[in-house]
Amino acid sequence: MNKETTWVRKDLLGLEDLSREEIKLILSTAESFKEVSTREIKKVPALRGKTVVNLFYEPSTRTRVSFEVAAKRLSADVINIATETSSVKKGETLVDTGRNIQALKADIIVMRHNYSGAAVMLARHLDISVVNAGDGWHEHPTQALLDMFTLKEKLGNIEGLNVSIVGDIAHSRVARSNIWGLTKMGAKVTVCAPQMLIPPGIEKMAVRVTNDIEAALKNADAVNVLRMQFERDDEHAFPQQLEYLKNFGITEDRLLKAKKNMLVMHPGPLNRGIEISSEVADGTNSVILEQVTNGIAVRMAVLFLVAQGRDKKNETSN
Amino acid sequence: MKEKTKVLDKEALNRSIVRIAHEILEKNKGTENLCLVGIRNRGAFLAKRLAERITEIEKNKVPIGVLDITLYRDDLTLIAQQPVVHKTEIDFDISGKTVVLVDDVLYTGRTIRAAMDALIDLGRPKSVQLAVLIDRGHRELPIRADYAGKNIPTAQNETIEVRLSEVDGADEVVIVEKNE
Repeated sequence: MNKETTWVRKDLLGLEDLSREEIKLILSTAESFKEVSTREIKKVPALRGKTVVNLFYEPSTRTRVSFEVAAKRLSADVINIATETSSVKKGETLVDTGRNIQALKADIIVMRHNYSGAAVMLARHLDISVVNAGDGWHEHPTQALLDMFTLKEKLGNIEGLNVSIVGDIAHSRVARSNIWGLTKMGAKVTVCAPQMLIPPGIEKMAVRVTNDIEAALKNADAVNVLRMQFERDDEHAFPQQLEYLKNFGITEDRLLKAKKNMLVMHPGPLNRGIEISSEVADGTNSVILEQVTNGIAVRMAVLFLVAQGRDKKNETSN
Repeated sequence: MKEKTKVLDKEALNRSIVRIAHEILEKNKGTENLCLVGIRNRGAFLAKRLAERITEIEKNKVPIGVLDITLYRDDLTLIAQQPVVHKTEIDFDISGKTVVLVDDVLYTGRTIRAAMDALIDLGRPKSVQLAVLIDRGHRELPIRADYAGKNIPTAQNETIEVRLSEVDGADEVVIVEKNE
């Protein structure tokens, strides 16, 4: 038997606790799953008889649909709970909701929550698997994994790449998960934003920090453009939209000064003309829609691995 | 684990492959509509070798593919070592083709059951045949090989190890006895 890494976790909560080998295993498993979506019959029986519950406390279309498609391509049954129409409105606590879902004999909860740490807390209280689909400003591991998958697919190797993350770093779980993942895989990460959107202490995450967009794009192999989340701007601290495009937006002019083949990534949804110009979003450097396709393969891999990991865990505790 | 006997050495293994190649051609009257699909891991290497022999004999290339059956296993929750999922690589349409599935050892038949399910999700072959290097008996499903390199009756506490130079550094087949 060759010594390949095996997955023993019942949950995927973030990339901070994962080892480089575990990240590699998810990415290589996803590579195998990508082919399934190119078939005429886009389905394999790996999770037949398993139930996946999408529990979303925040509006989300793309992530939820991506998880739903992924689970269905693995033959799992999927139930979607949008909390606006559920008993959460009647005051049920998160853990109680989780226990009820567990009592329904579901196998995996995929959760999006507006509080940082919600997924970790839920996982601690439940025996079934929890996959974090974004918790507050903390982590969004599957987004970072699909970003890394896309980098690996396009550029061959993540190690040694210069990756710049541009935008609202302070409020971004996508940025945080990407930084954890990319630095573990040996990429050099630069974050770039107006100073008020750079969280204090970010240097401790082994990243280069700059407020100069041209400096961030120079030598970058890829730029990950974050969405300006104006809906989170409670304190009206964000720059004006046009001012942002002028100073930090990814435009054709800026692309001309960067590496010719620099990849342009964006987790969506796009604010065209704010953080990215339409020409760039639809241009040849953009891999934004490929990220969406890759997201399915990555989420299939994650669902498959946590389902097996949970079985392994139950065995060892017997 | 104790090695008991060597049942095939390099030359004998090679002769088995040559013979199976001839049998495949004889039964299918040539290479028309024929393709080989190896089951990961060692079946894939055997399929490649069989295809090379067939090309030597007929001066014709046959398409070869690789099938990973992990997602189709019926024991995903039972096996101790979690299997790693690898790629299925079949870059031609199997619909209407005669597909020869290739594996190293035929034992319970469950791998072949999974392989047939995986195959049929990819298309509708005209027919599916099975070629194995070793048939060791103990079937649990109504499955048999169309081509077998060697039949080796074994005890349940024995296993057959097929070693191929591509992965194991040597070409040989040995019976190994498991420790009680």
